[in-house]
Amino acid sequence: MTEPLLQLSDVHTHIGPYHILHGVDFAVPAGELTMLLGRNGAGKSTTLRTIMGLWQASSGRIHFDGSDITTWSTPDIARAGIAYVPEAMGIFTDLTVRENIVLAARSGPVDKTRLDWILGLFPALKRFWNLPAGNLSGGQKQMLAIARAIAEPRRLLLIDEPTKGLAPVMVRSMIEAFKALKASGETILLVEQNFYAASALGDNVIVMDDGRIVHSGAMSDLVADKDMQQRLLGLSLDAHQ
Amino acid sequence: MTSSPALPLPFDETRRRGGLLTGLLSSDLPRSRALSFILLAIFVLLAATPFLFSGSQPVGTAAKICVFIVLVASYDLLLGYSGIVSFAHTMFFGIGGYGIAIALERMGPTWSSAAIGLIAALALSAVLAIAIGLLSLRVRAIFFSMITLAVATAAAVLASQLSEITGGEDGLSFQLPPALRPAFRLFSEPVFGTMINGRLLAYYLVFVVSLLVFLALLRIVNSPFGRVLQAIRENEFRAEALGYRVVAYRTAASVISALAATIAGALMALWLRYNGPDTTLSFSIMIDILLMVVIGGMGTMYGAVIGAALFVLAQSYLQVLMGAGSAALAGIPLLPNLIHPDRWLLWLGALFIISVYAFPGGVVGRLRQGKS
Amino acid sequence: MSDMAAPSSAPAELPRAKTDWLPLLLIPALGLLALPFVGSPSTWVTLTVAGLAMGMMIFLMASGLTLVFGLMDIINFGHGVFISLGAYATLLVLGPLAGWALSDSIGLNLALLGLCILVAMGVTALAGAVFERVIVRPVYGSHLKQILVTMGGLIVTEQLIHAIWGASPIPIPLPQSLRGAFVLGDIVMERYRVIAVVIGLVVFMGMQLILNRTRIGLLIRAGVENPEMVEALGYRIRRLFVSVFIAGSALAGLGGVMWAFYRQTLTAGMGMEVMVLVFIVIIIGGLGSVGGCFVGSILVALVANYVGFIEPKLALISNILVMALVLVWRPQGLFPVARR
Repeated sequence: MTEPLLQLSDVHTHIGPYHILHGVDFAVPAGELTMLLGRNGAGKSTTLRTIMGLWQASSGRIHFDGSDITTWSTPDIARAGIAYVPEAMGIFTDLTVRENIVLAARSGPVDKTRLDWILGLFPALKRFWNLPAGNLSGGQKQMLAIARAIAEPRRLLLIDEPTKGLAPVMVRSMIEAFKALKASGETILLVEQNFYAASALGDNVIVMDDGRIVHSGAMSDLVADKDMQQRLLGLSLDAHQ
Repeated sequence: MTSSPALPLPFDETRRRGGLLTGLLSSDLPRSRALSFILLAIFVLLAATPFLFSGSQPVGTAAKICVFIVLVASYDLLLGYSGIVSFAHTMFFGIGGYGIAIALERMGPTWSSAAIGLIAALALSAVLAIAIGLLSLRVRAIFFSMITLAVATAAAVLASQLSEITGGEDGLSFQLPPALRPAFRLFSEPVFGTMINGRLLAYYLVFVVSLLVFLALLRIVNSPFGRVLQAIRENEFRAEALGYRVVAYRTAASVISALAATIAGALMALWLRYNGPDTTLSFSIMIDILLMVVIGGMGTMYGAVIGAALFVLAQSYLQVLMGAGSAALAGIPLLPNLIHPDRWLLWLGALFIISVYAFPGGVVGRLRQGKS
Repeated sequence: MSDMAAPSSAPAELPRAKTDWLPLLLIPALGLLALPFVGSPSTWVTLTVAGLAMGMMIFLMASGLTLVFGLMDIINFGHGVFISLGAYATLLVLGPLAGWALSDSIGLNLALLGLCILVAMGVTALAGAVFERVIVRPVYGSHLKQILVTMGGLIVTEQLIHAIWGASPIPIPLPQSLRGAFVLGDIVMERYRVIAVVIGLVVFMGMQLILNRTRIGLLIRAGVENPEMVEALGYRIRRLFVSVFIAGSALAGLGGVMWAFYRQTLTAGMGMEVMVLVFIVIIIGGLGSVGGCFVGSILVALVANYVGFIEPKLALISNILVMALVLVWRPQGLFPVARR
C-alpha cells in the first residue's frame, strides 16, 4: 500500500484546561472517502480543527503528503492543499455568493469549466449568485461552503457534519454531490453522525469515542456487521433515519 | 475603632496584638518585609508630616497623597478586583468635590452644610453608578470603557457649562467651618514646636477619613463579596453558572467604588478650599489614577498606597531631579527635551506600559515576589 | 472584479437583496426635524454644511479604528494620538513652505494642503506600524490589557509630541484662499468646510470601492465577520490586520490634518479630545462597520451642530443622548456586524 495522504500519529489536543484528544492515530488514503463517526463530544470536530491548525496539537505528529504539518500555521496548512468546511460552515454572510467563491480561489479567477461543474453540483447557488450569502437557507449555505472548498483543486477536503440539521431531501442531494466529488477523485475526510449518509458514501470508516479511535476499517465491513454497529455507534442508525 | 461590627471577621483572632493589626488590615497583610517597611514608612510620614516638615508644601503633598490613596484604592476595587475599566471615576471624584464646594459656598461655612453637601453628593454618585452599571455592565468590557469615557466627558462639559451653580471653568472657592481655618487655635501654645491650628486639623481630618475609607475598602475586598468579584473577573461565565448574578455584583462594586471616590473628592475640596474642573474632573486626573493603580499594583489595595505616594512625590519632586539632569545634558539635541522637568509623565507612561507587560502586580507584586 | 461573469443560464426571477435603509433615512429625517427649530433656512444650510464637514472629519478618524476592532477584536484607546501626530506633522510642511500658505494662488494653497496630508499620512502610517509592533502585539487577546497599554502608548506619544514640538499650543494659519466663505444669496458656506466635505466623501467612496471591488477589500470584510475562516482559506490574517492598522493610523493622520486646519491650533491633547466623539460614533455605527461609522459620524456631527445652535449648553450632552437612543433602538449599533 502506498503512503497515506494524511497520517495522524498519537495526537493529543488540549483546549484550555481540558484534554480533548487522547492519542489519535489514523490515516486517510489518497483518492478515497473516509468517514469519521462518533457520538457528540467524541472529538471529531476537534480532530479536524487540530489537522487544520486551528487548535495546536499538544503532542503527536500530523503528516500531510510527506510533510510534518503539526506546527504549521492555519494559512500554511490551507496552502499545502487542505480545504476545510467547519461545522458552522463559516460562510461570509455579508459577502455575495460570488464573492465567497472568489475569495476561496486564492490563485485567481475560477476556471470557467470548473465553475460550471461546481454549479452543476449545487444549482441553487446560481439563483443567489450576486446576493449576500446571508440570504441563503441552511442547506444552501452548506452547499456554498462545500463549493467554496472545491473552488480550486485541493488535495484533501475536511468536511464537518454537512448534513446536520438539513431536511431529508437536502441530505439526499448532498449525498449525490459527495458521490460526484468522490467520482472525480477527490480525497475527503468527512465527519458524520448520520450513519445512513455515511454508509452510502464511505470507503473507509473511523469511529471515535472520548477522544480516541475505537475502530477503523473498511465501510463495507461495518455495514455488514450489525453487532459491531450496535456496539460502536449505539442507536445512531435508528436515531438518524 | 475601625472594624465595623456589622461584618463578621473572616478569621480567628488568636493573638492579641497581632490580632488587632490583622483585624484592621482584614487579614490581608503586606506579605513582604520590604513592602511592610515601605507601607509603615508611608503611614508614619503621613501621620507626622505637620510635625516633621515646615512650610505648606509638604503638608499639601501629604494631603494630596492621602486623598489619592482613597481615590486609587477605590479604582482598584473596579479595575484590579472586578476587571472593569471605567473612565468615569473622576466624575464621582468631581461630584464629591462639587458637593462640598456648592454646599459650603451657598449655605455658609458650617459643618451641617458640609454634611448636606456630602450626603447629596453620595446620593447622586450612587444613583449615577447604578444607572451606568445596570445599563452598560451587561455589554462587553470595551463598550463599558467607551461609554464611561463619553459619560465622564459629558459630566465635565456639564460642570463647566452650568457656571451659575459650579462656577464654570473658574470653579468655586469657599470658606471652611471655623475650626478648620488657619486662624483657629486649638491650644494657645505650640505642641512639639508646631502650632495646632485649623489647617493642621483639616489635614488630620483628611488623614483619618482617608485611613478609615482605605481600611473599609480593604475589608470589602477581603470579604466574601470581594472574593465573588474576583471570581467574576477570572471567569465571568463560570461565576454566572455558579449562580452569582454578575451584573448585580459588578454594579455593587461600581457603587462602592463611586462612593469612596466621592468621599475622596469631598476631602480634596475641603483641603484645597476650592473645587474646579481641573482639580477633580479633568481627563488627565483619570490618566493619573490609571498610572498610579497600575504602577502600584492592580488588585492589591496596597498598590494604591505605593502608587499614589510614588506618583504624587514624582509630580512634586521628580521634576527637580529631571531639571538637573536636563541642564547637564544641555547642547545635545532632543535628549534634554526628553528629560525636561515637564516630561516626567513620559517616563511614568513608559513605566506604566512596562508594568502592564511585565509586572501585572506592579510594585507590590514585585516586592511580594522578591520575598518568596 | 470582472473575473467571474454571472454563471450561464441564470433564471429570470432573482430573489432581491434586503438592504437596510432605515439608518440612512435617519440623516434626512434629522435634518428636516431640525429645520423648524433652527428657523431660518439659510442658517440651516450653514449648520448642515458645518455638520457634514465635521462628520466627515470624525469619519476619517474613526473608520480605521472600527475596522481594526472588527478584524482582530482589538481596541486601540491610543488611536487619538495618531490624530494629534497627523496634525503636528503639518508643521513639517508648513515650516519650509510657509510662503505657499500666504500665496493667493488657490493651486499653490491646495497643493500645500495635499502635501500636508501626504506627509501626515506617511508619519502616522509609520507611527502606526511601530505602535502595532511595540504596544499592541504583545497584548493580543486581553481587552483589559489592551485598554491599559494603548492608554499608556497614548500618554507616552503625547509626551513625545511635547518633547519634539513643545508643550504650548501652536497656531497654524489656514492657507490664504481656503479662508472665507462661498456666499449664495443669504446662504454662507465656509470654504474650508466644503473642502472637508469633498475630501471626506472622496475617502469614503475610495474605501467603499476598495472594500467592495478589490480582493483585499473582500478579505477585510470577510475577516471582520469570521477571521478564523479567512485563515482556513489560506490567507494570513495577521498581515492583513497589520496593514489595516497602518491604514487606519494613516486615515487618523489625515483626519488630524483636516481637524488641525479646522481648529487652526495644535495641541497634543486634541486627538484625545475628539476620541470621545470617535468612540460614540463607532458604537452607534456598530463596531466593525464602515458604513455604520459613516452614518454615525454624520448623525453625531449634525446633532451637535443643530443642538449647538438651538441650545449651546446641550451640545456635547446631545451626543450621549443620540448614542443612548440608537442603542435603545439597536443595541448592537445601526449596522451590527454579523459575528457580534
